[in-house]
Amino acid sequence: MNGTSPHLHLPISVRLIMLKVLAALVPGIAVYVWFFGAAILVQIALASAAALAGEAAMLKLRGKPVGLFLADGSALVTAWLIALTFPPIAPWWLTVSATLFAIVVAKHLYGGLGQNPFNPAMVAFAVAIIAFPALMSQWPAVGFTDFAAQLGMIFKSQSPQDAVTMATPLDALRTQLHVPEARATVAGILGSHASFGNIGGKGWEWIALGYLAGGLWLLQQRIITWHVPAAFLATLALIATGFSLASPDRYAGPVFHVVTGGAMLGAFFILTDPVSGATTPRGKLIFAAGVALLVWIIRTFGAYPDGLAFGVLLMNLCVPLIDMGTQPPVFGHKDSKKERKP
Amino acid sequence: MLATLFKFKGGVKPASHKDESTQTPIARAPLPPLLVVPLRQSAGGTPQPLVKPGQKVLKGERIGAPEENFSSAIHAPTSGTVRAIEPRMLPHPSGLSAPCVVLEADGEERWIERVPVNYAAASPDALRDLLRDSGIVGLGGAAFPSHIKLKPGAAGRIETLIINGAECEPWISCDDMLMRERAEGIVRGAAILRHIVSADRVLVGIEDNKPQAIAALRAAAPAAGIEVVPVPTRYPAGGEKQLIRVLTGIEIPYGRLGTEFGVQCFNVGTAYSAHRAIELGEPLISRIVTLTGNVERPGNVEVPIGTPIDGLLKLVSPKADTDRFIMGGPMMGFTLPRTDLPVTKAANCILAASPALFPPQAPEMPCIRCGACTRACPAELQPHEHYWFSRAKNFGKAQEYGIFDCIECGCCAYVCPSNIRLVDYYRFAKTSMRALEREKTASDAARQRFEFRNQREEREKAEKAARLAAKTAAARQAIAGAEKPAAAVPAPAQTAEESAPALPQLDEAKKALIAAAIARAQAQKEGVQPKNIDNLAPEKQAEIREIEARRAKVREIAKTPPEEPV
Repeated sequence: MNGTSPHLHLPISVRLIMLKVLAALVPGIAVYVWFFGAAILVQIALASAAALAGEAAMLKLRGKPVGLFLADGSALVTAWLIALTFPPIAPWWLTVSATLFAIVVAKHLYGGLGQNPFNPAMVAFAVAIIAFPALMSQWPAVGFTDFAAQLGMIFKSQSPQDAVTMATPLDALRTQLHVPEARATVAGILGSHASFGNIGGKGWEWIALGYLAGGLWLLQQRIITWHVPAAFLATLALIATGFSLASPDRYAGPVFHVVTGGAMLGAFFILTDPVSGATTPRGKLIFAAGVALLVWIIRTFGAYPDGLAFGVLLMNLCVPLIDMGTQPPVFGHKDSKKERKP
Repeated sequence: MLATLFKFKGGVKPASHKDESTQTPIARAPLPPLLVVPLRQSAGGTPQPLVKPGQKVLKGERIGAPEENFSSAIHAPTSGTVRAIEPRMLPHPSGLSAPCVVLEADGEERWIERVPVNYAAASPDALRDLLRDSGIVGLGGAAFPSHIKLKPGAAGRIETLIINGAECEPWISCDDMLMRERAEGIVRGAAILRHIVSADRVLVGIEDNKPQAIAALRAAAPAAGIEVVPVPTRYPAGGEKQLIRVLTGIEIPYGRLGTEFGVQCFNVGTAYSAHRAIELGEPLISRIVTLTGNVERPGNVEVPIGTPIDGLLKLVSPKADTDRFIMGGPMMGFTLPRTDLPVTKAANCILAASPALFPPQAPEMPCIRCGACTRACPAELQPHEHYWFSRAKNFGKAQEYGIFDCIECGCCAYVCPSNIRLVDYYRFAKTSMRALEREKTASDAARQRFEFRNQREEREKAEKAARLAAKTAAARQAIAGAEKPAAAVPAPAQTAEESAPALPQLDEAKKALIAAAIARAQAQKEGVQPKNIDNLAPEKQAEIREIEARRAKVREIAKTPPEEPV
């Protein structure tokens, strides 16, 4: 049907979009390597290989053109996001199996590219943290950049020394605040150790800024719109501000929440997944604000160190409803919105 | 002086490629020996032919009469002889055929008597009729009869008249060149249209990538009343609804006319042809066509309607790698099934395409709901939702989400990273829905017929029953009348059996009824035709008697014992 209009097409493709998303992750990854060593690159490689293998196998099974879809880059984006949300010293089999689960179950069993109702990377994270909570909580301490030791942990499952791992700032804050007799305060905990850094955890705060830089570039490239990052970060900051003003000893402030954990990565790279997210402008705002609310609740009162994965998955469930309820009026039908509805 | 501009959402900015065809002035296409003039060149019915094969016609002579008031007249583009009136293939995406007048030019170009009209002294109704009879239709591509658009609407009056010189489609430059070279005619035409609708103001909207056209129209426009407004270059700024929105802020929804909102929009070419029709007495028999794309000498030519396209293409020499020709622009035009088709009033551009110029699209990928289409849609639809609805044939949902508001501008498909041919899906959904609607109308009519018949039969049955009941009642009354004297005798407590003494009287009455019935039956019997042997001709009766006698004789013989054999 090449005879029908339009006969023109922009030089744009799914592949180009995915490659730009990958490129936008590079600043954050570079900072990651600077603070925590090259282990994250190994994880990215592992996840990428697993994702491409799983994608190729599923495409073949489903009778789809393997080369065409493998080249679209969507599996790589999922893989990189999994690697970046998992501990960099997680054992290789955990990263690989979680990635395969994401590609095979969360993506292809639902119909492949464009059809998955849930964010595949977040499915992988949720499955891993439920199945292997201990392994998912071992994070390297700042300054632990010994590559050989990291490789040992990844491939030989060597038990980490206490000196090289530590809880993330979020985890530390939550566990210590949950012990009433410790009489810990937010300021006290955050000031207690150099690894908490200046605003959101040493190293992590800079990685977050790396993601922010990449995210702003995606905005400028019009790959994503402002709605999701703005609504997510603003809602998170607003809730955190309210609670920390009311009780500064018990609740961390907005800056901490926004630059710590997966907030910045989520705002620009995870919540912005178009397939599993809302599509209307108002829908995007509601979707992102909902995730922010869930993230804050899970971080503050929940049993898991970060709430991004569960927040995203729960809001993914609401997307069809959100989209249906937020359809913008059509040209010429603005003052009579109900007129269109039968 | 500048009007406040409004914005329309969405739109795209493809490379304009207008310069290729604006380097030379408008040329005049040579008169072809044979012209094929389609009778139907506008919305609303096919005009009836007014000529017969073999008839000589003059240039500008009416050869097709508008049907009622809904279509526009058709005229002979040159003088010559009508050779045939027959169905010919039209320039149409699916190669439809329709009745055409085939005219052999005599080369003399003898005009009819042209009668200029002073529009200021004429009534709007007379001018509208004149436009209809001069075959004036929208030259922007839709070919909608102009006289219909000039009727005052529900708003009572058209306050703002918009002259559309935006020409937003890439490659096309026929309006640009017309504005550069014939600005005065356009302005005069605009004045006529304004007079017809008595509009307060006239706005000429031109995309700001046509500075020469803007300057020419500004120079031609009178000091007051007609304002030339440059609008930002962004496809589809020249879409009627989009231009109205940009210049007035008014949004016309699907299925409504601008007149209902006090605004109406005409293409610059339409205004120009209105001027020629009224002030020069020349009906619409030619138009300017852009010949561009993959050709050696792109340009604009003034072409008599009915000129074969392949003849025109010789003027510009398509390059060797040309693989098809598009009528219209690259965003909304369609691929011509053949090139031996006539130029119509709607033909604004013939675009030679090559794989290098318009590369074949990459394979279609699944929709990733990225929303690029939504941001590009000037109708503010959610194109990806319509894609899913159309694919799933969920037409009700598509309609609810406003698929008929889609103007098929192609912006969504232009920006789609998955290379989905979105407009094809919408066309499919719309035509399917229209087909379903037609089927429903037909079945509704059938059902109504059926129900009406049932009703009629019921009614007739009821009437018959009523008649019967009335008759029976009358009979009963007759009987009751006979009974009455006797009925007074027996005591009320008596049973039916005990009332036997009344029977004789009753029997009397019944006997009378029965006797009457027998009499009727006898009368009927007498009326019955005799059987075939009752009244035969005398000779036949004699014959029968003879036969009977013979048979009796035979029977007699049979009664006697047979003689002993010897």
